[in-house]
Amino acid sequence: MSDDPEIMLRERFSIQGGDFGRAGRVSTTIKSMLKQIGFPAPLIRRVAIATYEAEINVVVYADRADVTFEVTPTVIRVILEDEGRGIADLDLAMQEGYSTATDEIREMGFGAGMGLPNIKRNADDLEITSEVGVGTTVRITVLAGE
Amino acid sequence: MTLNEVVHVLEGELVCCAEKDSMEITGVCASDLMSDVLAFGTAGSLLITGLTNAQSVNTAEVADVVAIAYARGKRPADSVLLLAEEKGMPVILCGLSLYEACGRLYEHGLVSGSEIREPQ
Ligand SMILES: Nc1ncnc2c1ncn2[C@@H]1O[C@H](COP(=O)(O)OP(=O)(O)O)[C@@H](O)[C@H]1O
Ligand SMILES: [Mg+2]
Repeated sequence: MSDDPEIMLRERFSIQGGDFGRAGRVSTTIKSMLKQIGFPAPLIRRVAIATYEAEINVVVYADRADVTFEVTPTVIRVILEDEGRGIADLDLAMQEGYSTATDEIREMGFGAGMGLPNIKRNADDLEITSEVGVGTTVRITVLAGE
Repeated sequence: MTLNEVVHVLEGELVCCAEKDSMEITGVCASDLMSDVLAFGTAGSLLITGLTNAQSVNTAEVADVVAIAYARGKRPADSVLLLAEEKGMPVILCGLSLYEACGRLYEHGLVSGSEIREPQ
């Protein structure tokens, strides 16, 4: 996390792995907050889509996560730090179509291996670090000042 | 086309947010795969789907989809309809297949609400 003096808003959320009933709550809350601040709809949509795919991944693949949501005049940042199995091969995971999802996840409408590519497409910057057996951190940055 | 006209063409029933029936629908995105909707759907579209869980509603909200039609007589659980109502997301129930529902709306001039993408 940064100590950016320009921070206008910082919120913390948590996501519980396996909690399919609540999946989507963090992203839709973030979306509402960005709407309230008054950012343009296409920008909000990009943040919401990227956050939602990352949130679904935590619910599906991890045990839990802390989410930090930060807004400055120039950037919107969403950082998801999860505890869980981690990702052994990040390059492979980033490939469209690569998925270890189960049928249960496919029934939810996910698991086609498009989540991480979707996050990348919507973020101006995406940083993922992961340690097998420990967890994964996903840092989504979207530029706000255009 | 207005939401009301969509309901009529689909021979469906508007079960959520009936007060929004004059809202304008600018396109249609049809899929059971939510990642597809998130990747290729365009804002302002109607989502036609056979997926009736809470993620269909969350996906619609996140992707700026303005209404959902559940095809082939599928009815989401009450908790999902409640979530849609809370989010102000109009819901249409219709008995047509996904293909038939899309075909009819296309025939009535509703364009694609999804990006075209070449085979990879
Ligand atoms: N937070 C995470 N923790 C552990 N593994 C993950 C996580 N996020 C993604 N993965 C792995 O990366 C793969 C690809 O993810 P993604 O592109 O979202 O596609 P999908 O979720 O459809 O499988 C997943 O199948 C999973 O194996
Ligand atoms: Mg995923």
